[in-house]
Amino acid sequence: MGINLKGAAFEGWRRENGRMGVRNHVIILPVDDLSNAAAEAVANNIKGAMAIPHSYGRLQFGADLDLHFRTLIGTGCNPNVAGVIVIGIEPGWTGTIVEGIAKSGKPVEGFAIEQNGDINTIASASRAAYRLVKHASRLKKTKTDIVELWVSTKCGESDTTSGLASCPTVGNAFDKLWANGNTLVFGETSEITGGEHLVAARCRTPEIRDRFMFMFDRYQALIEKNKTSDLSDSQPTKGNIEGGLTTIEEKALGNIQKIGKHCVVDGVLDKAEDPTHSGLWFMDSSSAAAEMVTLCAASGYAVHFFPTGQGNVIGNPILPVIKLTANPRTQRTMSEHMDVDVTGLLQKTMNMDDAGEALLDCMLRTADGELTAAELLGHREFSLTRLYESA
Amino acid sequence: MTIHFVVHDEGDSVGVVVVEGLTASNRIQGWVMDQDKMIDFDAKSDIPIGHKLAIKPIKAGDTIIKYGVDIGKAIADIAPGEHLHVHNVKTKRW
Repeated sequence: MGINLKGAAFEGWRRENGRMGVRNHVIILPVDDLSNAAAEAVANNIKGAMAIPHSYGRLQFGADLDLHFRTLIGTGCNPNVAGVIVIGIEPGWTGTIVEGIAKSGKPVEGFAIEQNGDINTIASASRAAYRLVKHASRLKKTKTDIVELWVSTKCGESDTTSGLASCPTVGNAFDKLWANGNTLVFGETSEITGGEHLVAARCRTPEIRDRFMFMFDRYQALIEKNKTSDLSDSQPTKGNIEGGLTTIEEKALGNIQKIGKHCVVDGVLDKAEDPTHSGLWFMDSSSAAAEMVTLCAASGYAVHFFPTGQGNVIGNPILPVIKLTANPRTQRTMSEHMDVDVTGLLQKTMNMDDAGEALLDCMLRTADGELTAAELLGHREFSLTRLYESA
Repeated sequence: MTIHFVVHDEGDSVGVVVVEGLTASNRIQGWVMDQDKMIDFDAKSDIPIGHKLAIKPIKAGDTIIKYGVDIGKAIADIAPGEHLHVHNVKTKRW
């Protein structure tokens, strides 16, 4: 196959803040659970607009509220989004999110339901969405170097084939993208447990290592504080155990194959924070698939690599999720969910460089607009991470 | 030639079954990835795809090694070729 990343290019949309996107979504973003109905009505009225309903946004406070705002603003700012309609129950927090997204230079308008009711709000927001979709549809794609593509990764419904083959495939591709100067991220803090020393040893500086260990220890403290058992009903998950994974340590060692053999951890992010330079970032994050991918999208990533063993079906509203598996049973029974088949690795009919290149080839096609399995099947999982109870 | 199980490193305690329908008493072939060599074994249990077999004699309390790294401890003796999973191995964390 022979993909040379040096000089490789893709065609996407150049956004107002300079970032390159690979999709051109107009999203209807509710601030809170109460505004989902209006958001969905607007998306139903205006073809080409997409509502992103979720369950939270009321009575949150402190760091949990900061994370809520950061995630919604980051979602709106993602370069795969051309424009945003924000709908909230009241104007205060609606305005906070509109102002945050507006800083990216992107077209954004906010609507509040109180004193208007759903029907008037839906009418006003639908007119605005009509204009935004018209605007987005006029935007031309431009060609740019592949180095401008930000790539995230997280695995799910892992089994032993993930650690043997599909996660190392991502690692092979990440090694190549990292050497090329791309901006990358991995995370899943709890699923590093048992391999934290290996990640710590890959951190570029003592400061980055300290920051990584701070995030790791913070998450371990949360688990220790709340656990009622050895977590054997949750981590590994029932699906992981069915797939042959026995302990969290075994799962973690498979998970971290995704950062390859050569990448160095160049920085550490808190949840939904934006990277400030290129290289490989660790983001403190949930190990639950939809939560983690939602955080990657909020951090500005444009394409996602998702290795699976037993067959996770995840997608995201704005971030194309490329799924790959090395498990021949999963490939046989769930092929419609898989974008890259690396089952040949386990029978030595494919080598790791070939697998990495197959994934990079799919990445380039996806960046140019080819739809992923998750997009074709309508998977738009958008899950906000909560830190603690509401006030 | 079919590869029935894969081992990350020759120092590991375990291999992973990568074919469906493996039954006890099968003579099975394993590929050791890091050293790129083949080994033969007798399966002593029916082992589902993705599940592990011991490739060394293991005593209760022993550390299980995979990827050359500690992945937990045995809570029962496990003979080479036997199914190794949550019934005989537990985490050392949490």
